[in-house]
Amino acid sequence: MHFPTTDPLGLPWLLPAPDDLRAQVRALGGGTDAIAAHALTGLAGHALDLDQLTSVAKLLDKGRARIEPGTLTPLRLAVLMDGTADHLAPAIRASGLRHGLLIDTWVAPYGQALAEATRPGSDLGASGVQMALVASDFRSLGLGRPHVDAGAAEDAVAGALARMEAIVGGLAARKITPVLATVPVPAGGWMGSFDALAPGSPAAMVTEFNVRLAGLARDRGALLFDAARVAALVGHGRWFDDGLWNRSKIPFALDAVPLWADHVARLLGAARGKARKCLVLDLDNTLWGGIIGDDGLEGIKLGQGSSDGEAHLAVQAMALDLKARGVVLAVVSKNEDAAARLPFQKHPEMLLREADIAVFLANWNDKATNIAHVATTLNIGVDALLFLDDNPAERARVRQMLPQVAVPEVPADPSLYPMMVMGSGWFDAVALSDDDLKRAEQYRANAERSVALQQIGDYDDYLASLDMACELSAFDGIGRARIAQLINKSNQFNLTTRRYTEAEVAAAEAEPQVFDLQVRLVDRFGDTGMISVVIARASGEEWLIDTWLMSCRVLGRRVEEAVLASLVQGARAAGAKRLVGEWLPSPKNAMVERHYEKLGFKPAGMIDGGGTRWVLDLADHVQPKLPMALSGDRSFAA
Amino acid sequence: MDETQVLAKFRDVFADVMDIDDPEIGMESTAKDFEEWDSLSNIRLVVAVERAFGTRFSNADIEGFSCVGDLVRALVARAG
Repeated sequence: MHFPTTDPLGLPWLLPAPDDLRAQVRALGGGTDAIAAHALTGLAGHALDLDQLTSVAKLLDKGRARIEPGTLTPLRLAVLMDGTADHLAPAIRASGLRHGLLIDTWVAPYGQALAEATRPGSDLGASGVQMALVASDFRSLGLGRPHVDAGAAEDAVAGALARMEAIVGGLAARKITPVLATVPVPAGGWMGSFDALAPGSPAAMVTEFNVRLAGLARDRGALLFDAARVAALVGHGRWFDDGLWNRSKIPFALDAVPLWADHVARLLGAARGKARKCLVLDLDNTLWGGIIGDDGLEGIKLGQGSSDGEAHLAVQAMALDLKARGVVLAVVSKNEDAAARLPFQKHPEMLLREADIAVFLANWNDKATNIAHVATTLNIGVDALLFLDDNPAERARVRQMLPQVAVPEVPADPSLYPMMVMGSGWFDAVALSDDDLKRAEQYRANAERSVALQQIGDYDDYLASLDMACELSAFDGIGRARIAQLINKSNQFNLTTRRYTEAEVAAAEAEPQVFDLQVRLVDRFGDTGMISVVIARASGEEWLIDTWLMSCRVLGRRVEEAVLASLVQGARAAGAKRLVGEWLPSPKNAMVERHYEKLGFKPAGMIDGGGTRWVLDLADHVQPKLPMALSGDRSFAA
Repeated sequence: MDETQVLAKFRDVFADVMDIDDPEIGMESTAKDFEEWDSLSNIRLVVAVERAFGTRFSNADIEGFSCVGDLVRALVARAG
């Protein structure tokens, strides 16, 4: 299938599928060898059409037992759809690979969404599903025919919403996180432009339904999938195919399935912490037109007055807008350092300044090496990076050396760069926490802290000089979004890598047997926000530590010792005798393999899958003096 | 295009949609001859054929096709 280069239906930010894709899929599927995650993500990283997605999904079915998930996160998803969904589920599964997920799907029988979500003993309840995509259609919601009477229109919208509330309630009772899809506005009209003013027009009713659905998602901790916006991006005239609906209850055009499925997958990926955290920018011909080393400050094209200059300005504006919501910015450029920094310091039309860039690497090293260095410096994985470069050779090189880095294709015209980066969905978010808003400041402050260490020398003196204040508190409604975000994003300092949704976090708060802990840290350089989360469960004389994670930003600050002190005192107060901790290995958490040993726990055996169990006798624990002030309802501070 | 040419082009489309290499397909072939050819893949097949041949079938047309030959003859007639 061939689309013009910027048509969103063709997923233009991805490389075109290779001609022998089917043969490659077949080669992976044949034989008895293990199937590596990177081979699957490599295939799915291309712009696949529906037939190709279906063939990759078939490989996932056939080879399921042989797949080594590696860094892919498994997810069981139910698809509750008005209309036919059997062709959509394979597309979601194949697209999931592109966003770090190994998805298994369970599709509700046609017309059974409400029954499956609410009926006691339904198959859905027994399916082990973690999330459910609920995608309605205006034709089955009763919003397809107009109402002259405004009261009848209100009844129709309220009735459609009541159906969604019932489904959400049924899913919540089954501990399944709902993913509620907005409804694409029907293409057909009733009274033309006046539809927008007539509350009973299908367009107005669907629009009102979508507004209330977003409110429902917000109130009930559900995820919102804005399918209406995907349809609008494509255009309603191309989105809907009435012939297909009449023939087979196919809800939208088959050509739109790859884009729709990628949008589903990116949302689920973001919910599982797979979204990218850092935008790595090339400079010459990306942030400005021309080559600073050759053209000089006056020669580069940037700013109002030239079309290329405005295009590059728009790239900078996109970067700043991403930074404002917590994406970290880095620069990797083949340049002399002084020349590369000159526009940031001296060019009057530059929007980006040096202070906006957390890591600035301008040298003549291989870009892949520099990009790996960005990840190390920021203490994040390379799979948290997105690299934007106008040069196809550099993009190809980075894809080859670091296949985990997201590298969007961009056409020659820089005006289209922002659309490709944002259209890729690799920066999609499911929440915006206070910590997101402060993150850029935090990374800059981190850089200052390392300077402070160099000046002071002795590490204990350094820690004391930071004037740290650590707040240890029980979970609460204010912290919940950030707690769920940390639970789903933290990979390295994460003892068990158990993922919980916001709804599950809320449920844990209410359980009397659960000791939960959220930890914040402030020092003289700034507020690092919430940086650690612990969930422990009391069982007789033992407390089992289900979850212990910490942001790598505060490694080496002895926060884990403050956390242990809180756990020990909480357990003692409850009459417990022992703390039991587990380390469950993941591809990323080797750094905490000896976490419990370092804190004075004794080995207590192995766990299936290579993990270890540790126990601390509370009678043995002696509280060390910590270089920080403690506060909060779980600090047990005098 | 004559029937032979249309059938050859249809075979390529069929191979991609059904994910079968070199399918043995002729004018008399029907869905019963292929395990992969079910009601769902048939929908994808019709849309892919419409796109490849730049035409659009009505639901009545589609219901009238009982074998590959019917479809091929309809495509030849439309190509003129």
